[in-house]
Amino acid sequence: MADTHSHSHPTAAVYLRVAAILFILTVIEVGVFYVQAFHVVLVPALLTLSAIKFAIVVMFYMHLKMDNRFFTLIFGGPLILATGMLLALMFLFKVFVIK
Amino acid sequence: MSHAGAAPHAAEGGHHTSMGLDSRKMAFWAFIGSECLLFATLISTYLIYKGKSLEGPYPHEILNIPFTSFSTFDLLMSSLWMVLALAAVQRNDMKWAKVWLMGTAIGGLIFLGGQVWEFSHFVEHGLTLQKNMFGTTFFVLTGTHGAHVAVGVLWLLTLWVRAMQGKLTSKNAMTVEITGLYWHFVDVIWIIIFTVVYLIQ
Repeated sequence: MADTHSHSHPTAAVYLRVAAILFILTVIEVGVFYVQAFHVVLVPALLTLSAIKFAIVVMFYMHLKMDNRFFTLIFGGPLILATGMLLALMFLFKVFVIK
Repeated sequence: MSHAGAAPHAAEGGHHTSMGLDSRKMAFWAFIGSECLLFATLISTYLIYKGKSLEGPYPHEILNIPFTSFSTFDLLMSSLWMVLALAAVQRNDMKWAKVWLMGTAIGGLIFLGGQVWEFSHFVEHGLTLQKNMFGTTFFVLTGTHGAHVAVGVLWLLTLWVRAMQGKLTSKNAMTVEITGLYWHFVDVIWIIIFTVVYLIQ
């Protein structure tokens, strides 16, 4: 059967480019960790890089960018709920403190 | 926008929702959503108890960043091999599908081997599940992730055996795609754990 998925999924070349980007972002992450000058912005920089890597894998390797948007909804809803719960717990247990 | 989850899977035994989407894929995305909540609770617990250990070893004394960076690279590459396996199955190139499926499983096994070595190393240096809050939350979080990787490896090896038996063809592309969803989810969870646990100490 000619699966119509193959028409909407990225090509091997795109997958390789995505892997190269993920590798570079990981190298930057580890670099930020080791270079003292970046320690002022360590946490926001690492969280941003991590979020970019997360989004790239979900969009291209898990195909949410090309798939039906309902799948994005099924995944995105609990993801937002999970992030909200994590942030709420951080404030509740005073890991984050608003001054 | 294409509707990649739509209709064509009847030949491989798939059922469709009233929206024309593959029911297995929809159910699996719902499962992945629930897994997000599971890992969010574990990561929250780790962060809440971070820095509250009354005795060492502490994270900065024991975590090995170069070693874990290699494990992260290994898991990222296994994700690449997984999508290449799916692409091979979709074009019915079963020779390369077998190669990439086995490659992905080996990537997972290397990651698990690294985790076993890391855990053994930590125990030798006095960090156990009961030692302090860091040990408790660290082992539960990374151990749960490792258990997910182990399940993924078994799943991949099952697919590889089916491919070797000639029972995996392009008709089963959805089965491989769902396996890929699980594997990539395990990868994205590690992306977060690597940052939150290892790099932000």
